[in-house]
Amino acid sequence: MQERYDLASAKINNDLLRFAFNTPMWFWVAAIGLGLVFGAALVCFGLMLIFGLTLLGYTNMQMWAILITNFVFWVGISHAGVMISAILRLTQAEWRRPVTRAAEVLTVFALATAATFPLIHTGRPWRVPYWVFPYDFSRGIFPDVRSALIWDPSAIFTYLSSSAMFIYIALIPDLAVARDKATGWRRQFYGLLALGFRGTKRQWKLQIIAGILLSGLILPVFVSVHSIVSWDFAMALTPGWHSTVFPPYFVIGAVHSGVSAVATLMAILRWVFHLEDYITPDHFDALGRLLIVVVNTWLFFFMMDMYFGLAGREASEIAVWELRIFTYPFNIIFPLFVVTGYIIPMSFWLFKKVRRNIKIMFWTSIVANVGMWLERYIVIVPPVSNKRPFTFDWLPNYHIQPIELILVAGSFALVSLGVLLFAKFFPIIPMFDIKEGQVLKQEVQVGRVRVPAVIRE
Amino acid sequence: MATTAASAILGVFTDPTEVADAIDNLRAAGFEGSAIKTYTDTPYPEGAFGDDPEHHRLYVFPFMGGLCGFSVGLLITIGTQMAYPLVTGGKPILSVPPMVHVLYEGTMLGAILFTVLGIIFESRLPNFTTAPYDPRISEGYIGLLVSRAEGRIDQAERVMRDSGAVDIVNQQPGARR
Repeated sequence: MQERYDLASAKINNDLLRFAFNTPMWFWVAAIGLGLVFGAALVCFGLMLIFGLTLLGYTNMQMWAILITNFVFWVGISHAGVMISAILRLTQAEWRRPVTRAAEVLTVFALATAATFPLIHTGRPWRVPYWVFPYDFSRGIFPDVRSALIWDPSAIFTYLSSSAMFIYIALIPDLAVARDKATGWRRQFYGLLALGFRGTKRQWKLQIIAGILLSGLILPVFVSVHSIVSWDFAMALTPGWHSTVFPPYFVIGAVHSGVSAVATLMAILRWVFHLEDYITPDHFDALGRLLIVVVNTWLFFFMMDMYFGLAGREASEIAVWELRIFTYPFNIIFPLFVVTGYIIPMSFWLFKKVRRNIKIMFWTSIVANVGMWLERYIVIVPPVSNKRPFTFDWLPNYHIQPIELILVAGSFALVSLGVLLFAKFFPIIPMFDIKEGQVLKQEVQVGRVRVPAVIRE
Repeated sequence: MATTAASAILGVFTDPTEVADAIDNLRAAGFEGSAIKTYTDTPYPEGAFGDDPEHHRLYVFPFMGGLCGFSVGLLITIGTQMAYPLVTGGKPILSVPPMVHVLYEGTMLGAILFTVLGIIFESRLPNFTTAPYDPRISEGYIGLLVSRAEGRIDQAERVMRDSGAVDIVNQQPGARR
């Protein structure tokens, strides 16, 4: 990290709590706008409850499409938090400091949004309590723990709870600062949440251990979550889904879309909150270099998926790949996803000047996520669109319905609204982490230059 | 630990070295190490103030939590399958490989939950104490709290002022001497 700023504690407090204590007009405009989009999605959800899943264009074979694609996409985005936060904490990477909390918050809201999609998809979500808890004794049926569809909620619930608790523990010191600076109802609010934290040596020692211990515990969960989501597909016998490469393929795809989403979020935070002293081109350069490794690893697993499907020379697997690459509309979506998910971002991220250009990083990270959404669509939809013998092949082909697109837009609005509301009440950049960086930074004379250095214990 | 009337005093410093000197001087004046605490708005390196290291038992919590989580996972998987035995695809009723996923997630959730509770407990939180405190600590100042100082408040104040304290806060939060 070559860019260093001397930041006094008072300035850090003022800069990072400004939005929590003041409400600019744009906040109301953004909140109302996002609320309206989310409201439109709720209306669509209501229509689905009345008229059923046929509104989505689903048929007997095509029972999963846009909603499940969106579910997998948001679970993927949620992997950003742990990737950035946990791995960078464990490796004591200095550039993590302004990035960790925003990534963790994105995780929580992305995961919570993802979890709504299977509920919407049940068609009769009011029956979910009967399905989860054994109320229905008379039928003698209970969710089968041998099904991947049961492993899924256990994994997502574990990851969501863990991430939320992780955010809260790391937030306590900043809540104490907010308590000290606030007045009125805010002082009571932050004081209650801060639990009386005062920054004793014991409390700080445990905070540091908490960061490392929780990071180490959450990392295996992070790997397991998207592996289990991939088994929703891989445990089925459907050609095109039944592949052992799905777990690492999905996990690395999640990391790709998640870290790209973090880059997008960091750019927005820098511009909207004027955090030029905290989020610097160095951070985007580091994210870009990480993304180069991730996107190439993703490419490897994508090629493996294709190879595993074709090498066995099974007619049903080859049929799925023919559908994906050569048949309308997938023959448009497939090259589009390769270009947006890999070629465009990778071409730009190779160059340092580009990685340090925040506008270009913002747009390339969005393009990468467009590609990753399309990638999930290509993975999920063609195998169940594939007309095989004895599978209702007289039914019309599936087409994307407007109601699905409104639900997708609503999910983006929900996540954005969640992050916006969190940033409204709590500092989105960890203040104590930034201050710790100030305490530990040094400069050393090496020959004719003074270079930045960091004290490590 | 709750402090009683006129038993605690807080010195406010700007320099970590002065804080370390103040702690040494307070010890030399007969104040116990366990009665001296620092308040900072950011973690300082271990031993920066020359005070005694803190011992904790946080590492017990993830193990206990993992065991509890594993037990709950076993209860859910074995209990539901025995209560509602469904033969699917000819697989055994209690098939270990698919149970592993729920057991694993339960173990990790238990470990993480107990770790979080352990962090809060070992940090001695919640602690809505009435001990002296100064909001300037959040602005980068360093607080040095001397508790269990009944009858020796003036001596503690003198030592801290001589060591470079810029302000002294007594028992009542916000009240300055």
